[in-house]
Amino acid sequence: MTTPAPPVRAVTAPVEVRRPVGDEAVETDTPWVVIVWNDPINLMSYVTWVFQTLFGYPREKAERLMMDVHTKGKAAVSSGTRSEAERDVARLHAKGLWATMQRDV
Amino acid sequence: MSELEPPLARDGDRFALRLSGEDRDLLRALCGQLRDLLHDPDPVSDPAIARLFPPAYPEDPLRNLDFERQAGSELHADRLAAVDVVDTSLAADHLTEDEALAWLASVNGLRLVLGTRLDVTEETTEADYPEGDPDGDAFAMYLFLTWLEAGIVDALSSE
Repeated sequence: MTTPAPPVRAVTAPVEVRRPVGDEAVETDTPWVVIVWNDPINLMSYVTWVFQTLFGYPREKAERLMMDVHTKGKAAVSSGTRSEAERDVARLHAKGLWATMQRDV
Repeated sequence: MSELEPPLARDGDRFALRLSGEDRDLLRALCGQLRDLLHDPDPVSDPAIARLFPPAYPEDPLRNLDFERQAGSELHADRLAAVDVVDTSLAADHLTEDEALAWLASVNGLRLVLGTRLDVTEETTEADYPEGDPDGDAFAMYLFLTWLEAGIVDALSSE
């Protein structure tokens, strides 16, 4: 992410995340997590705003998640069933954030 | 670009839009390019389109195909609809909240496209585009969109 006055960190492109090889039968019981990855374009203030408006997170939590994305390269922002996670990923994509989903491990 | 005043300011339940005619013309032209791009997308060879429509399952192409069938076309339609809203409200002196949200979506989409094409990093600055650089104009537009997006986020976040 970035700020209007250009900042400090190297680009962190999405890296591969290995989905554990699981039994499809347990899929409905296994929670999925939604991951947002750092990118060099989205503004820090914008990402915070997205987490607040999309998930209803209070400002502090939204800022903490945004900083995790910014400094650690990614953050788990929500979790749920596969269809809930897909819905959240789609909403994040609509906001231009780089989001993927994986089984919780 | 008049960068001293914020481009958007909350005014009751609406937002006062303070953009010069020149800035509005630039945004109109950029939105036209975004519409053209969305009408004729090439996700395979165009990394900017790939950036607008990322995979939900980067490691699982089959599952991702399913996801794209459902979510991708909706996202595509939403992006086009947002550009249309910007077009119809470009001359306005005030925006409704819905219009401001459509502006934010379109400006964000344009920054993703331009930033991907320019391959910007978090450290890219104007100094990387010296006088005469062929990408200099594109980066100036990127900075304009950055200023505009930051202003829209500030206005939407304000009470």
